[in-house]
Amino acid sequence: MEIEYLLRIFISSVFVNNVILSRFLGLCSFIAISKEIKPAVAMSFAVLFVITMSSLITWGIFRFLLAPFHIEYLRTISFILVIATFVQLVEMVIRKFAPALYRFFGIYLPLITVNCAVLGVAVLNSEMFFQNGKPISGSFVYSLFQGICVGLGYLVAMVLMSSIRHRLELADVPKAFQGPAIGFIIAAILSMAFLGFSGFRI
Amino acid sequence: MKPKEELTKGIAKNNPVFVLLLGLCPFLAVSVSVINGIGMGIAALFVLLGSNLIISLIRNFIPERIRIPCYIVIIATFVTIVELTMKAYLPTLAQALGIYVPLIVVNCMVLGRAEAFASKNNLFSSFLDAIGMGIGFTLALLVISAIREILGNGTFLGLKIFSEFEPAIVFALPPGALLVIGLLLAFLNRKRGK
Repeated sequence: MEIEYLLRIFISSVFVNNVILSRFLGLCSFIAISKEIKPAVAMSFAVLFVITMSSLITWGIFRFLLAPFHIEYLRTISFILVIATFVQLVEMVIRKFAPALYRFFGIYLPLITVNCAVLGVAVLNSEMFFQNGKPISGSFVYSLFQGICVGLGYLVAMVLMSSIRHRLELADVPKAFQGPAIGFIIAAILSMAFLGFSGFRI
Repeated sequence: MKPKEELTKGIAKNNPVFVLLLGLCPFLAVSVSVINGIGMGIAALFVLLGSNLIISLIRNFIPERIRIPCYIVIIATFVTIVELTMKAYLPTLAQALGIYVPLIVVNCMVLGRAEAFASKNNLFSSFLDAIGMGIGFTLALLVISAIREILGNGTFLGLKIFSEFEPAIVFALPPGALLVIGLLLAFLNRKRGK
């Protein structure tokens, strides 16, 4: 395990391969929930939490169940089931023990099950940090860290987008572009700005 | 609704991508070239067809409260079939589509059709609905990937179509996908407004 590699994961998943603007994961929620800043931030924190935890759990599943028995082809089914169950569990626990937090996350928690970013990171982890069914050294820390960083990347994109769209309320958008169309154009410009990061060589 | 309407509504009136804005994640990511676009479209069509048929068949046995996990398991089964078949027979396509093949499982379009249509309608209607929606998705992919490949690479299906043309590489990069779909949506809005 090297610090340098961790730094590379951080820069890659927050900026260069930003989960939304360059990998297009979680795009549905990005367009739908980015109209106001507060819900966007709540959604992002819920996503950050779920991605982190699910990359932990799916690492365990892949390492101790799928890889030793050579049933990697069950990856999609097992990952999505575990994520769905986990989200349900979190929702119940938070509702019982932290009602304030539950109100903060609101309806966004159950929506995360079908957020492609969560499953995407789990699949990506199992492809990047395992070779021929064997974990590379430090793969657990890398998986966990990549989960956190992708969540942070989601937060960055979400905050940028919602701040811009917030101001857009007052702007005079041509009629044909109103609604999702202008959202995509803004996302395209943001994505172009993020392209600048791809010059990074570490 | 008449059978013909079930079939055609997904292609134009309720196009999953351009009208309902469903299933955008894999849609934008793989639309770099026409081959990838068609591959993803057919994969999604197959998954949609399989899951719609099975869900419609067993819709009366699934308990109301756990229906979503049931749907997800059924969809994931078909996604796994597609994944394994593609890896065995079309390894280059599987390589190009990468993680977006397993991600069909969280494609809102497939789950959306299961919840909104197949769980309430009979086998034949669900079959037509899946075919229509799948074709609508594939056609939308074809349009976007053709635009991106022609402008971003100067080729169509890998064949060079301009002799002297400096491709605008931005269309082959992620921003191009967002730009093209934004402009297409605006274009469709304008046409509908008239």
